[in-house]
Amino acid sequence: MSDPAVEVSNLVKWFNGAPAVRDVSFTVAAGQTVALLGANGAGKTTTISMLLGLVLPSAGRVRVLGHDMVRHRHRVLHRINFSSPYVDLPRRLTVEQNLLFFGRLYGVPAPKARLAELAQDLNLAGLLKKPGGQLSAGQKTRVSLAKALINKPELLLLDEPTASLDPDTADWMRGYLKGYQARSGCAILLASHNMTEVERLAGQVLIMRRGRIVDRGAPGALIESYGHRTLEEVFLDIARATEPDTGGQDLRAGAAP
Amino acid sequence: MNAKTRTVSTPAPRALAPALTRIGAMVLRHVYLMRTSWPRLFELMYWPTVQMILWGFITRFLLTNSSYIAQAAGLLISAVLLWDVLFRGQLGLSLSFLEEVWSRNLGNLSVSPLRPSEFLLSLMVMSLLRTLIGVLPAAGLAIVFFEANLFALGLPLIGFFTILLMFGWAIGMMVCALILRVGQGAESVAWLAIFLLAPVSAIYYPVSVLPDWLQFLAWSLPSAPVFEGMRAILIDGTTRLDLMAHALGLVLVYLSIGAGLFLYAFHVARRRGLLLQIGE
Repeated sequence: MSDPAVEVSNLVKWFNGAPAVRDVSFTVAAGQTVALLGANGAGKTTTISMLLGLVLPSAGRVRVLGHDMVRHRHRVLHRINFSSPYVDLPRRLTVEQNLLFFGRLYGVPAPKARLAELAQDLNLAGLLKKPGGQLSAGQKTRVSLAKALINKPELLLLDEPTASLDPDTADWMRGYLKGYQARSGCAILLASHNMTEVERLAGQVLIMRRGRIVDRGAPGALIESYGHRTLEEVFLDIARATEPDTGGQDLRAGAAP
Repeated sequence: MNAKTRTVSTPAPRALAPALTRIGAMVLRHVYLMRTSWPRLFELMYWPTVQMILWGFITRFLLTNSSYIAQAAGLLISAVLLWDVLFRGQLGLSLSFLEEVWSRNLGNLSVSPLRPSEFLLSLMVMSLLRTLIGVLPAAGLAIVFFEANLFALGLPLIGFFTILLMFGWAIGMMVCALILRVGQGAESVAWLAIFLLAPVSAIYYPVSVLPDWLQFLAWSLPSAPVFEGMRAILIDGTTRLDLMAHALGLVLVYLSIGAGLFLYAFHVARRRGLLLQIGE
């Protein structure tokens, strides 16, 4: 039996004495898409950063593809990839130079052939000679996704993959990710506060609030259990809850917190 | 493992060949950058050449007015070119690192298979390239215009060049560690740091002209014995291996400290979650 793509146990992160992530535990199975849903500052980006080894946990354990990310992250980094609006690709390099650079950095055996595949898949052919700094937000997102797929990752971590995109481009992006996931079988963990995205892409949702996972489940099951019609209503219910943090206790409508 | 996803064969992370490929990729990224920006290339050559011309004319003037310079016409020009090796070495490493900060690429690099030690090695390679691009044309022009041949130093020149370059790397690593620690606000240190050492590096004058307490400081830097060694060759015609060994020993210590500080600052940046924020 293969290792889960992600195993997180009792993960905690403190920044300057303030908790950013508190006692978070979850698993992402191979080939599964899981969404971290939460308002700004809920701890989604910090959790993803710890999964990547970009931020060290204060406590708890993170294993990615069977490897401890604190001690042995370099055993696994060439098998995963990520995309985030918080990092850029070098702006003065052309799209082609950027992708060839990352291809070589990830040890892709034939980076030019992989670049050609991605250019076709993501409709980048017309952009290859353009410097990264001259791309529109939508084009940048496609290029950033190409970078994230350059090594055919077994685990793809996406932080707000459609942030700042117009609805049409965002919809195209979701469609592409859905198709790619089905074709490749890679696991995807995405952090988002976009309900449409989460409902469309994720089989499992982890709802975060103030650094904790306060609820989890399939999108349909969550909607039903809260007695709402959409995931957005569930999200608002949780985001606007005034009671003290529940540490994962039941926040469903009617349930005593 | 999901068979469908493992279509790209992935090399063993600790193997030498993949490490060299990653370092090569980083160098390629900077070569791309230089190719797309001729002002960057021009800037690399500009200052060493201007400095060399300035000191060339000063030398011409002093040849008839100073018995010290008259002993060895190439003294000042050799000194300024070797100083530029140290300066360009430090700046080359710091600027290559800052390019990643400015382009908000540090996050991408930090989650790639590139190890911090490989990142450092790639910065050293880039520093070497930038130094050669800056100093070699100036050294050639010095021969043409002022008949001052840096290469007349002979084999010891390789030692001087290597020690000064390594010292530049060490200072550059400390600057990068400072930027990782306190953020982009510290980037001006990249331009200023090395000049703090200039007065005690005895570039244009012997260490003996310094006050006693500064002499102690000078002998604790690898740069001062290198410049003393250069003067020993050009004025006395002797190669001082003792000075070379002194400088080499010191530079290995400084390089270890620099690398240690960089790797520690990188670790702290991970703990504090700064790698995504630097450059924003």
